[in-house]
Amino acid sequence: MSDSEHTNIIQLENVDKFFGVFQALKNITLSVKKGERIVVCGPSGSGKSTLIRCINRLEEHSNGKIVVNGHELTSSVKNIDAVRREVGMVFQSFNLFPHLTVVKNLMLAPMLVRKASKAEAHDTAMKYLTRVKIPEQANKYPSQLSGGQQQRVAIARALCMSPKIMLFDEPTSALDPEMISEVLDVMTDLAREGMTMIVVTHEMGFARSVADQVVFMDEGEIVEMNPPQEFFDNPQHARTKLFLSQILAH
Amino acid sequence: MSFDFALIVDSIPKMLMGIGLTFQLLFLSLVLGTALAIILLILRISGRWYLSVPTMIYIYIFRGTPILVQIFIIYYGLPQLEFVRDSIFWPILREPFGCAIVALTLNTGAYVSEIFRGGVLGVDRGLKEAGAALGLSVTHRFVYITSPIAIRLCLPAYSNDVISLMKSTALASTITLLDMMGIARTIVAETYAPYEVFISVMFIYLIITWVIQRTFGWIEKRMSRHVRSEA
Repeated sequence: MSDSEHTNIIQLENVDKFFGVFQALKNITLSVKKGERIVVCGPSGSGKSTLIRCINRLEEHSNGKIVVNGHELTSSVKNIDAVRREVGMVFQSFNLFPHLTVVKNLMLAPMLVRKASKAEAHDTAMKYLTRVKIPEQANKYPSQLSGGQQQRVAIARALCMSPKIMLFDEPTSALDPEMISEVLDVMTDLAREGMTMIVVTHEMGFARSVADQVVFMDEGEIVEMNPPQEFFDNPQHARTKLFLSQILAH
Repeated sequence: MSFDFALIVDSIPKMLMGIGLTFQLLFLSLVLGTALAIILLILRISGRWYLSVPTMIYIYIFRGTPILVQIFIIYYGLPQLEFVRDSIFWPILREPFGCAIVALTLNTGAYVSEIFRGGVLGVDRGLKEAGAALGLSVTHRFVYITSPIAIRLCLPAYSNDVISLMKSTALASTITLLDMMGIARTIVAETYAPYEVFISVMFIYLIITWVIQRTFGWIEKRMSRHVRSEA
């Protein structure tokens, strides 16, 4: 094992992903160090979501190698389980379990996967609900909450599994504008505490203030990857410049 | 046409003596049929062709033929076969009640498994992904996420099937069983008064249907508390 594999908590090498004949990811190589915050941006259909969905095997990559926290993702169910235990994910559409109350949404996985007792799971759930500032919503059903609240619950649900890595797949894209900041605040707190994060988002303010590296993807490729200062002030590629001009135009 | 109300008053209590048998046919075949439906569903969505293809053929046959034909084949046809008479199922299949239960179970199992499949397919893919991302196994996802949501989605169609099954129990009277319909037919044979007797039995079935509808309505309301929003 080389030195880089020790410090890199996520390592992608020459990863391709095909959906039928369509190639969604083209020869992606990316390494993420422990505690690093990566923001991935790019036009829709550029492969950003597919990229992070490969990291916890919601999508199976076609070629190349993905190693997460020392476990290589293969068809081995054992390895997939090991990776998913360490990687939390937040979705664009929240995906809270509609038939369970908020607190039960948070308790389900710790009890089933980590074999936590009901009391332990409840305590953990309340701790994280307090952290995302909605402990008073614990006994409501998801449909009774606003979008911003639902997404904060979804973040808390992922945190209940004590993940080492958090993946965010456009976490604010489905939200009304006035609810975006409450979710970004929670994410910023998380980043400050040293969580390793990969965030697919169009929130460039968040990228500028939180990211260590900004990745720009287009047509399945990583076009450019730089620290935010460099990325925003001095984009290298024509495609990056075009994208930034479109997204920052107004 | 004269309408003999005295005969109605006289025959309703007699027909109600068959209601116990009607309920036995309904509940036994409903419970067994639902269990069968769950097994068929799991085979059908197993993703293994040697399990799903035979299941699809089974469902096609039992949904695609009249239940009356199925009852007749099981009641009149199977006893012709020696190995059936020698098998452990003979004590069930020699009795008309057993034959009726078997036919109703096999039939409703085929229908209900398709209803369940519709429910399972209706569960948002994102929820299963959320479960997977949390590290839940395939079985855990099916038991704790897919099933509870699918059950809520299928309830209206399922209650429809229960009503349809209840009505199918009347066909048991064709193989000598004296359920409500069987008794009604006996009374008609004695009195030659089909209108009074069959209209009476019709009302009894309507009342049972109403009870089933109300029961499922109540269950649906209880189970959909989560979709009622605060506002």
